[in-house]
Amino acid sequence: MKLHIEVQKKMGDFSLQVNTDISGERVGIFGQSGSGKSTLVHLVSGMLQPDSGEIFLDGDCLFSSTEGINLSPEKRRIALVFQHAMLFPHLSVKSNLLYGYKRCSADNKRIRPEALIELLKLQPLLERRVQHLSGGEKQRVALGRAVLANPRLLLMDEPLAALDDALRFQIIPYLVSVGEEFRVPYLFISHSLTEMQLMTEKVLVVQKGRVEEETTPEQLARQRMAQSQNGYLNFLRLTDPLLQNGLFTYSWGHNTLFISDGTENSESLFELSSREIILFKKHPEAISARNLLNCTVTEMFNSDGRVGIVLSTQGKQLVAEIVRPAAEELNISTGSTLFAAIKASSFRRLG
Amino acid sequence: MMLSPEDLTAIGLSLKVALTATALALPFGFAVAWLIVFKPMKGKVLLEVLINLPLTLPPVVIGYFLLLLLGKNGWLGKLLTASGIEIIFTWKAAVIASAVVGFPLLVRSIRLGMESIDQQLIEASRSLGASWFDSLVTIVLPLSLRGIMAGSSLMFARSLGEFGATIIVAGNIPGITQTIPLAIYDYASSPSSSTMALSLCIVSVVISVTVLFLHEILARQLDRSSGL
Repeated sequence: MKLHIEVQKKMGDFSLQVNTDISGERVGIFGQSGSGKSTLVHLVSGMLQPDSGEIFLDGDCLFSSTEGINLSPEKRRIALVFQHAMLFPHLSVKSNLLYGYKRCSADNKRIRPEALIELLKLQPLLERRVQHLSGGEKQRVALGRAVLANPRLLLMDEPLAALDDALRFQIIPYLVSVGEEFRVPYLFISHSLTEMQLMTEKVLVVQKGRVEEETTPEQLARQRMAQSQNGYLNFLRLTDPLLQNGLFTYSWGHNTLFISDGTENSESLFELSSREIILFKKHPEAISARNLLNCTVTEMFNSDGRVGIVLSTQGKQLVAEIVRPAAEELNISTGSTLFAAIKASSFRRLG
Repeated sequence: MMLSPEDLTAIGLSLKVALTATALALPFGFAVAWLIVFKPMKGKVLLEVLINLPLTLPPVVIGYFLLLLLGKNGWLGKLLTASGIEIIFTWKAAVIASAVVGFPLLVRSIRLGMESIDQQLIEASRSLGASWFDSLVTIVLPLSLRGIMAGSSLMFARSLGEFGATIIVAGNIPGITQTIPLAIYDYASSPSSSTMALSLCIVSVVISVTVLFLHEILARQLDRSSGL
C-alpha cells in the first residue's frame, strides 16, 4: 500500500496540515485524542473534503483540488472499522457481513465469505440478530464486514478502544491474522502504544494536526519508556504451559519461565514491564525471584535520564530499565553479561 | 346510530382525502426531513420556519392563501385551468388543504426518526460501496420507518379532522367535497339534526381510535422484528 497525502483542512480553531507518504502493509497512526487522527481518517475515506491538496492511493487519485477530483467514498474502496462496531441494526449478522461483498464488483471479489467466516469463527453467529451479540462478537462481525468488501485499504479508527482489556487482546490476533491471511493492508489509528506494538510495523505520530515523526513501534516504545507509567512493555507470546508446584512454566527460547498468572490455554500473551527486571552483575546466590536469566547486553539506549538495556538471552530479547547511576555503578556496556531476575508474578497475562 | 347515504359518502370521502393527502405528502416529507437532518446547507432555519408555518397559522388563513394560489386568477390556478385541471371546489382541493396542514407533523416525526440514526452507520455503508442513494434506501429508510409510520398516522388523523382550510378551498358541497367535519358542521347548524351530528362524531372517534391502535400495533411489531 502506498498512500500519498498532502492536504490542508481547517475546522473552526483546528487546522490539519499533513504532507506525507505512507507505505507498508501495517501502518499505525498514533496520537492523543484531538490530535487530528480522526479528521485524517475522514479525509482519506472521503467523508470529509480537504480544503486543498491531493490524496493518492496506490497511484490512483482519490482527491485533487487542482484537478477537481473528489472520488466519492463508495468508489475509493477504503473500508472503515470504527470504535463501536456500527453494525446495521435492522439486518442480520449475515446480511451485515455481505453488505459490502454484494456491492463489490466481480473483478475485485478476491476474498470469499466462507474463508473469512471460518477465520473469524463467525459461523455460529450468522443467523443471530446483531443486538444479541456481545461487544467482542460485534467488533469481529464489523471487521469481517469491512474485509468482505474487498477493500484496497482497511481504515481502523480506534477499533479496540471501546472494549475491555480481556476482549481487546482476544480481538488483536483476529485483526492481525485477517491482514496477513487476506493480504489487506491497513491503517490502524489508536492512542495506545501497546496496540501500536502489537498491530503495526510502522507508526506515524500525529500531534496538533501535523505528522510529527515517522518511526517504528519499537523506537516509539523506547522513546517513551521513561515517561510511560509502566516503562517499556515487553510482549511475550508463550505456548504449551506446564503446571508445576502451582506455577506455570513456559519455554522461551532455551529458557524456562515461571509465571504465576498462566493458564492452561495452549497460547497466551504476556506483558512484562521493563521496570520489573532486576539486573545483577554476578550470580546472586539466594533469591526469591523465580526467574533468573543469563543475558548479554546487545544495545543500550537513553530515554529521559533512564537507561534502557536490551538483553539477549538464548536467542530472545528483553528490554530492562535502570536509572543512570545504576548503569554507571554496574559498569554496564554493550557486550556485558548480566543476570536478570524476574518474579513469577511480574508477568501480566493479556489474553 | 343513524347514518344517511350522504353521511356514508362523507365518511368515504374523508377517508379518501386523508389517505391521498398522506400518500402524496409522504415522499416530500421524507425528502425534506432528509435534507434537514443530513445535508449541511445555508438557510436551514428559514426552511424549518416555512415548513412549520402551517402548524401555527390558523387553517383558515392557509385555506385563503391556497385559494389565492389555486383560484382562477391565482398564478398556479391559471396554469392549471389552461391545462384543463380544476382544483378549487373539488375533492382534490380538500386533499391539498389536508396535505399542507398536516405536512409539518409528518416532517417532524420522520425527522425525529432520522436524527436517531448514527452518522457512522451511513459512513460505514458508504465505505462498503453504497452510493448515497443506495445508503438512503438500505439504511436511512428502514431505520426511519418508525418515524415514517408515526408521521403518517398523525397526518392521516389530522387530515380526517381538517376543517378550516378545506371549507375555504373545497367548499362544503354534499356528495362532492363534504367530509365528516363539514357534515357535522352542517348538522350542528340546524337544531333538529343533533342526533345525526352525534352519529358522525361517534364515527370520527371510532376512525381516530382505530388509526391510533393500528399505529401502536404496527410500531410494536416493528420493534419486535428489528429487536430494538
